[in-house]
Amino acid sequence: MKRAHLILALIGIAVLILAPIGQKNYIIYVLCSWLMFSIAAMGLNLTLGYAGQVSLAQASFIGIGAYITSLLTLAGYHWVFGWLAAMGATFVIGLLLGYPALRVQHHFLAFVTLAFNTIVFLVLRNEEEITGGSFGLVGMPRPEFFGIKTMPQLNFYYFVLVLFVISAFVFWWIVHSPWGRAFKALRENPIRAESLGVDTRRITLLAFAIGSAFGGGAGAIMAPLVQFIEPGSFALIHSLKILLMVVVGGAGFFYGPMLGAAVVIILPEFLRFTEGYYLIIYAFLVIVLMVYSPSGLIGLGSKLMARFRPKQEVRKDMAKGAQL
Amino acid sequence: MAEFIQILISGLSAGSIYALAAVGFTLLWQASQTINFAQGEFVMLPAFFVLALTVKLGLPLPLAIILAIFLSVLLLGAVFKKLVVEPMIQHGTLPLVIATIALGLLLKEGVKEFYSPLGQPFPSLFPQDVLSVFGAAVSIPDIANFVIAMGTIIGLQLFLARTRTGRCMQATAQNPDVAQILGVDIKKMVLYTFLINGALAAIASVLITPIYLAKFSNGEVLGLVAFIAAIVGGFNQIRGALVGGLLIGVIDNLSAGYVSAEYRQAVPMLLLIFVILVRPQGLLGTSEGRAV
Repeated sequence: MKRAHLILALIGIAVLILAPIGQKNYIIYVLCSWLMFSIAAMGLNLTLGYAGQVSLAQASFIGIGAYITSLLTLAGYHWVFGWLAAMGATFVIGLLLGYPALRVQHHFLAFVTLAFNTIVFLVLRNEEEITGGSFGLVGMPRPEFFGIKTMPQLNFYYFVLVLFVISAFVFWWIVHSPWGRAFKALRENPIRAESLGVDTRRITLLAFAIGSAFGGGAGAIMAPLVQFIEPGSFALIHSLKILLMVVVGGAGFFYGPMLGAAVVIILPEFLRFTEGYYLIIYAFLVIVLMVYSPSGLIGLGSKLMARFRPKQEVRKDMAKGAQL
Repeated sequence: MAEFIQILISGLSAGSIYALAAVGFTLLWQASQTINFAQGEFVMLPAFFVLALTVKLGLPLPLAIILAIFLSVLLLGAVFKKLVVEPMIQHGTLPLVIATIALGLLLKEGVKEFYSPLGQPFPSLFPQDVLSVFGAAVSIPDIANFVIAMGTIIGLQLFLARTRTGRCMQATAQNPDVAQILGVDIKKMVLYTFLINGALAAIASVLITPIYLAKFSNGEVLGLVAFIAAIVGGFNQIRGALVGGLLIGVIDNLSAGYVSAEYRQAVPMLLLIFVILVRPQGLLGTSEGRAV
């Protein structure tokens, strides 16, 4: 089983390496954007799918990461420092935000993060001297590594891909480490997890903080990718969209967020002919999907598989659904 | 002082409309554990029913409003429950939350594509005159909105407390199992709750839309405000949602007047975070025994 997973992952990486070759700049840009949102969604997946807490602030963490990286790189520091600072800052903010919210159980993290996202948006828009207000920040340089410039779109894609693979590996490692097992135990049965000695509050807090740091990391990629950031890109609605990505793909599955991000970022490019109706169709399909398969597309896939291979048991992870 | 009274009254007026949306939100939560993220869009939509009926079909305004309320009771109440909530409720809260987020998106984009992406002027229901009360200029629509919204909520409260059906609805919200054992038709009671929410949203919509323009994106702010009002006041109390709504309305107007226009939106958010930290069950709420 493990070997099959490894082979699947290697094939996936090979496809990702070959995918942009010979494509137009715009397509490569879309692919980069997909990888970036996958990283952010992966972080939210840790919070939601593994620790069972709803965060509605992932876009604001991307925003914080993007602004920190932009300010540092515009001040002349190398991108790596921006990246580290972005992840560090979002991790700490996650801890500070999650600590009081998780003191009270259940859905309060969702409410606190909702408020937090709105406040971050207002600060980004109003503190013009630092953030450039609603005009945002422009012209972030793309980094250079050992003399290799990432300014050409293809180079930048591989740069993002490397970060994506690192993030995915870290994510995989966390999920399979004792921590990850504790996360899962917590989601499945918090009372039992606690009785087995899992410090539920600390573990949930950690999951949320790490998930937020993934958001910060994604923001650090966004700054040099788009080279223009403004507060509107980090409003509450985008947090909701990232939440939809995770759930549509399949919360609690390793490949879920990547699939969900693909549905939101890549699929619209193929469905240009639907014009303005894409969002309507998407929203409608999400509702239908939630009725038939609350565990998302991956859950739907394994349901269909199970129909053909009746022996295989369907994952029951999301049978109860994460607790809001 | 005159300025303060003015701000206070317009705050109460806006707050009473917020309270309508928040009460509906709370009712749905109590009756079916539905966190309706589309509540803002539910308030945005009925105004477009009215516009479609008056502008496109040429009906007189009062008739159009009555039809719009009826339509939203039907669509946002009964159809919403039947097609979205009912099939999903067995999966737990999260899929339903996601579905209501998607529904909000669907309604918003639907109005944008099929009606208009631009703000539409909405006929005012009351004369725009301004009265002078102790030197403060108070507009008639403000007073009328306040009276109608408060009247609706008080009527609802009386219905819930004084009639047999209302008490059955409360019993269903408090403990569905026991209510059922005692012979309450809980399915019907939950349905009534959804119908009432549809009506409340429609009334709120007709009252608030003349203040702004009718626009597809109106729901974003309204939904957030209803949400905050419900949590601040207490998620499991109608009184709480009422107080929360009024409080948010007044605080919002006061902070726009005295703090800064730029950060006016942040003040209710800070209040929300503060309330969650200090009194998570809300100002008037009682601690919930039920596992959520």
